[in-house]
Amino acid sequence: MAKRKLSGSDIVIQSLVDAGVDTIFGYPGGAVLPIYDALFKQNRLKHVLVRQEGGAVHMAEGYARSTGKLGVVLVTSGPGATNAVTGLTDALMDSIPVLCLTGQVPTHLIGNDAFQEADTTGITRPCTKHNYLVRDVKDLGRVMQEAVYVARSGRPGPVVIDLPKDVLINETTFEIGKKPPVKHKTYRPQIKGDSSKIREAVELIAKAKRPLFYCGGGVVNSGPRGSKLLTEFVRMTGYPITLTLMGLGAFPATDKKFLGMVGMHGTYESNLAMHDCDLMINIGARFDDRVTGLISKFSPGSKKIHVDIDPSSINKNVAVDVPIIGDCASVLAEMIKVWKEIKPSKNTKAINSWWDQIEKWRKRDCLGYTQSKDIIKPQYALERLQALTKDRDTYITTEVGQHQMWAAQYLKFNEPNRWMTSGGLGTMGYGFPAAIGVQMAHPKATVIDISGEASFQMNIQEMSTAMQYRLPVKVFILNNEYMGMVRQWQELLYGSRYSESYTASLPDFVKLAESYGAVGLRATKPSEVDDVIKEMLDNDQFTIADIAIDKGENCFPMIPSGAPHNEMLLGPEDEAAKPTSEEGMVLV
Amino acid sequence: MEPIERHTIAVLVDNEAGVLARVIGLFSGRGYNIESLTVAEVDPESAVSRITVVTSGTPMIIAQIKAQLDRLVPVHRICDLTDGGASVERELALVKVRGTGNKRVEALRIADIFRARAIDSTNNSFVFEISGSPEKIDAFINLMRTLGLVEISRTGAVAIARGAKGI
Repeated sequence: MAKRKLSGSDIVIQSLVDAGVDTIFGYPGGAVLPIYDALFKQNRLKHVLVRQEGGAVHMAEGYARSTGKLGVVLVTSGPGATNAVTGLTDALMDSIPVLCLTGQVPTHLIGNDAFQEADTTGITRPCTKHNYLVRDVKDLGRVMQEAVYVARSGRPGPVVIDLPKDVLINETTFEIGKKPPVKHKTYRPQIKGDSSKIREAVELIAKAKRPLFYCGGGVVNSGPRGSKLLTEFVRMTGYPITLTLMGLGAFPATDKKFLGMVGMHGTYESNLAMHDCDLMINIGARFDDRVTGLISKFSPGSKKIHVDIDPSSINKNVAVDVPIIGDCASVLAEMIKVWKEIKPSKNTKAINSWWDQIEKWRKRDCLGYTQSKDIIKPQYALERLQALTKDRDTYITTEVGQHQMWAAQYLKFNEPNRWMTSGGLGTMGYGFPAAIGVQMAHPKATVIDISGEASFQMNIQEMSTAMQYRLPVKVFILNNEYMGMVRQWQELLYGSRYSESYTASLPDFVKLAESYGAVGLRATKPSEVDDVIKEMLDNDQFTIADIAIDKGENCFPMIPSGAPHNEMLLGPEDEAAKPTSEEGMVLV
Repeated sequence: MEPIERHTIAVLVDNEAGVLARVIGLFSGRGYNIESLTVAEVDPESAVSRITVVTSGTPMIIAQIKAQLDRLVPVHRICDLTDGGASVERELALVKVRGTGNKRVEALRIADIFRARAIDSTNNSFVFEISGSPEKIDAFINLMRTLGLVEISRTGAVAIARGAKGI
C-alpha cells in the first residue's frame, strides 16, 4: 500500500474508490466545491447531477436496493443537507445502506450562523444510523472507512459524514488501497444466531399444525443467498408463506406456496392465515402496524418465532416466543441444516387440512375486479403491464399511495432486489428518482416507476436528470387526478368529504415529456392500454405513460385501521357494513 | 396493563461529540421517561464515559429502552442495575435554606440527623451538602420546606452493582 499526501477532498474520493464505489449522486454548492474540483480531475467515480438533493438520496436508495451495494450521496451544507433529510429518514425506516456526504462551513465558522450553515449532525441524528462531523483531516480516512462499514453491516442504514470546507482543503498522509476490514470499537452486530434457539425453532416448525412463514425486507437485505435459502427452506417444509411489502421477491410470487402480500392491503388468504395460524415463522420482518392491524387481536392463537438482526426489533410491538438475533441468511442456513438432521415427521394430516382451509380462502379471489368497457381499471393496467414485462429484465419502483398497493398486489416478483418502494416512511416522490438510481446501476434493464400523478409531481424536476444521462426510465402514471389513497380514506372514514385531495391544473404529461425531449404516451380507454405499454417498453428513451384510470376506484382488500386481520373489507359492498371503531379513527 | 417499573441503567459510551445528545434524543424521540441522568468520563485513557439513567416503564418498554440504547453506535455496554442483582445508588444535593431563630436551629439539627454538612453559611442562611439515596434526599428536602428552603441543586443518581465483579 502506498502512502501519499492527499487533501481531504482527495481522501474522500480515494476512500470511496477503495470501498468499491463507482457512482455517486449529488449537487454542488459552496462548501463542497473542493470535492467537486477533485471529482473534475479524476475518472474513477461517476457523478450523477440531480436537480434537488432530495432526489439524490432516493436515487442512491434505488441504486443500493437493486444491487445490494452502498448508495452514495454528495450534497452541500445548509439547504443541501436539509433537503436530504427526507431521503435519509426513508433509508433509515427501510434499512437501506446509504452514505451521505454533506459539506459544512469551515470549522472556525461552525456555530456562527455562517452562510449556508446548518447543524447537520444535530438535524440528522435521529434520521441516520450514525453520523460524524470530521473536525480534523487526520480523522477523515478512518471515518470514511468506518462509515461505510456502519452503513452496510448489521441492519443497514444511512450514515452522514459532515465535512467542513477547511477539512476538505487540508492535507495529510493517507494509505491508498483496499483496507483490512474494520474492527469497530463498539459496533459489532451479531450475524450468527443462537444455535439452541435455532434448534428450538426448528422443532416447533416440525410440530406445527397451521404454520405460516411471514417474511420481510430483512431477507432481501441479507443478500440473494438469503432469498435462495428461504425458498429452499419453505419448499422443504411445504408450508405457506406470506411476504411484507418490503419483502416482495424474497420468495417467488409464482410459487403456489406464496399467499400474496400480508397487511392492510394484503390478500385475504394471507391475512386470515396470519390470524389463524398456530405457528408464525417471522424471518426478517418487524411486526409493523401496517401488518399487524389491531395489535391486541393480532394472531391470537399462534406461537411466534422471530429472526431479526436488530435486537431492538424483538418484542417491540409483539411479544414472541422464540427470538433469534442474527442475519437471516446465516440463520436460515442453520435451520436447514438442523431440519435435515432431525428429519422431522411432519403432521401431514393437519398440514393438509390447513392447506384446504387456505385454498378455501383463496377461492374468494380477493384481487378479482370487473374491467369495464370504457374506463381503465388500475388493476387491469397493472395486469397488462405484468403480462407484457414478464419476459424482460424488469425492475419496478413505486411512489406512495393506491398505485403502490395495486402494484404490490398485481405485479409478480420472483427475485429479490427487483422491487423498490418506500415502505416505512411512505415517501411520495420516492419512485421516480429511485428508478433513475436503479437504471444507473442496470443500464440495459427495463426500469419502471409505477406512479400516481400526485406523487410524480413531488420529484418531477428529476426529468431533467433522466434526460441528461439518457436513462430510458419509464414512468407509468395511474392518473385519477386525486391523491387516491387520501380520497379513499376520506370516502370510507370522513363521509366522502374530499378535502383538498383533488389536484386541479395538472400538466399535460405527454406535452411535458415532449418538452424535455422525452416520449409521452397516453391511454384513456382499455383498448389503448396494451399499445401504450408496448410502445413504452419498445423505445429506448425516457418515457412517461399517462394512464387515465377510474377516478373512484378504491384499493381492496383492506383492513381498516383499528381492526384485526379477520375483519377485512373485500370490496365496496363491505364498506357500509362495518363502521370504523373510534380506536381506529385515531390511528394513521 | 403491565406494571410500571423504575430501572437504573448504566451505559458505557465513547466520549465523543454528540453522544449525550444521541442518548437523550433516543429517549425523547421514542417517548421514554428520564427521571434523572448523570454523565461523566470514567476512563480518560480510552475516553469512555458512564451515563447513569433512571427511567420507568413497563417491562416491555424497559427491554426496548435497553435494546435501543445498545443499538447506538458509540455505546459499549448497557447494564440494568435494577435487574442485575443488588446495587447501590447515591445522589448528591446542595440545598439552600434561609431563616433565623428557631427555624435556623431546627434546620441545623435536621441536617445533623441526615448527616448533611453545612458548606456555606451567612447570618441568615445555610447551604447544605447531602448525599445518599434519592429517597433520603427527597425526605431531607421535604423537611426543609417549612424551614425556609430557597433552592435545590441535585446531581441525579449514580449507581454501581454490589460485590467484586465489574460490568
